[in-house]
Amino acid sequence: MAPFTLIAIAVATAVFLVIREPNIEYLFVAGYTIVQYIVLATAWNILGGYTGYVNFGSAAFFAMGAYSTVALVTFGNEIDELVPESLAPIFHLIFPLSIPTLIVIGGVVSGIVGFGMGYLTLRLRGAFFAIATLAMAVVLQTLVVNWEFVGGSGGAYIVRPGEFPGLGSYMQYLFALMLALAVLAIVTARAIERSRLGYGFAAIRDDELAAEASGVPTLRLKLVATTISGALMGMAGAPFPYYIGYLQPQSAFGLEYAVNSIAMPMIGGTMSWVGPLVGTLLLGTLQQVANVTISSAVNLLLVGLLLIGFVIVAPNGIVGLVQDRLRARRAK
Amino acid sequence: MSAILHVQGLSKRFGGFVALDGIDLEVQPGERLGLIGPNGSGKSTLVNCICGTLQNETGSVAFDGNVVDGLAAHERTHRGLARSFQLPRPFPSLTLADNLRIPMLYTVHKRAGTPLHAENVEARCAELLQMVGLANKGNHRPRDLTQVEMRKLELARAMAAEPKLLIADESMAGLSHSEIEDILALLVKLNESGITIILIEHIMTAVMSFSQRLAVLVSGKKIADGKPQDVVRDPEVVRAYLGE
Repeated sequence: MAPFTLIAIAVATAVFLVIREPNIEYLFVAGYTIVQYIVLATAWNILGGYTGYVNFGSAAFFAMGAYSTVALVTFGNEIDELVPESLAPIFHLIFPLSIPTLIVIGGVVSGIVGFGMGYLTLRLRGAFFAIATLAMAVVLQTLVVNWEFVGGSGGAYIVRPGEFPGLGSYMQYLFALMLALAVLAIVTARAIERSRLGYGFAAIRDDELAAEASGVPTLRLKLVATTISGALMGMAGAPFPYYIGYLQPQSAFGLEYAVNSIAMPMIGGTMSWVGPLVGTLLLGTLQQVANVTISSAVNLLLVGLLLIGFVIVAPNGIVGLVQDRLRARRAK
Repeated sequence: MSAILHVQGLSKRFGGFVALDGIDLEVQPGERLGLIGPNGSGKSTLVNCICGTLQNETGSVAFDGNVVDGLAAHERTHRGLARSFQLPRPFPSLTLADNLRIPMLYTVHKRAGTPLHAENVEARCAELLQMVGLANKGNHRPRDLTQVEMRKLELARAMAAEPKLLIADESMAGLSHSEIEDILALLVKLNESGITIILIEHIMTAVMSFSQRLAVLVSGKKIADGKPQDVVRDPEVVRAYLGE
């Protein structure tokens, strides 16, 4: 395994152990949200930061992951009603699915949605692409609202087990899984950045016509980006029903997912994997603090104000600002 | 010897406007062809159709013995067709070295079938930057360059794809006399290394000194094709440029 992967795993393990120490359940609840946004922001940045295609539909990818879980759990609960009696034992053997399995499935579902979205919209550029992703989110939400099997507009309950054997509360288990996903997302993003793929993405972001003339298969690369980005968002969404306990379309497709997944990389910096991480740690923590001290409604206001501030003061995010400073100092 | 580029009956319209009307053009391997024509005569459209940026409606383009109609621009680049843009289009967020790395990673790499070694890419980047006189600016970004350096970067990036045919679209417009000499010398050097070059240019002294053959486009039609000295005396060409 590459040293970076080992370091990332070590950091994640350390975070887990430190948060576990005070034995306060709330820390896991708050931590889960922040780490979940690390995954979402990193995933958004693979498409939005590396190739320059702004996706306003992050919530839809997240929700597709969450609703894959709801659908599979509901199916698992109703095997006897839905499946012919002869086949039922086989299904009972497979279901209920473990959360890691659900994460993989959520990733596959959202990856396919990402590929489809890419195929349909990537001839659009700039604002037109962004509008199309927003429209796709609305369409998918409408589908889910009208799909009774997963609860429709009324929502669905997912019963979270109290304990995870050998670890403690189930929330700790969910938090540990999300940390693992964050490691996966960051290692993926960093690997892309340093690979041939990363150079291709950067060429697309800078000038698509020139990229084509240099031999970069722009359409194919954009599909790779939408698929990877969508899959990671779906993976982040898959454990969410267990976290929240009761999932309804308005919360799964919530505006804050779309807005935060854009704002966090923008504030941190979109050119490298460090940006979304820094942006999420800053904004995510701030939101959690505001949640407790002021009110949850302040969240989006905070995002808006910070985003405006950063666009004016540091358009390249915190990472860009630090790099500029360092470069200026070296020049002296 | 069979032509490296064979354009036959190529037409392109934009709505009701006929930009190119039945163009026939052959270019021999190793040749230096000049392509001239007044503004709006369809030179850039022709380049775009040859390179796949635009798809022609009728007619066909064959490159290196194979018909390339319908292929995307990047596929044509993979086959050895490279171009520079009229207005330089560098990758602004990448360093000059990385600008050159893109065609190497995506074209040379692909053609070779095996991954290029990082050191080889590095060395080739340095060599190309050296060739265009930007050796000490490998770590700079395109925004730090002057206009002439930008043109050189544009040519270097086209060359990084190791093409058989290079189409230089007005790579000298707006440059001073000595800068034009610079670019011309560069193009001649490339040609001597075996690359066929089509030069599209308004600056007649440059075209005349560079080209072995000259083709003239006027209003989407090719009106002359031959030895430069003969072509510029052709009454039709004179009329197109100077009027009756």
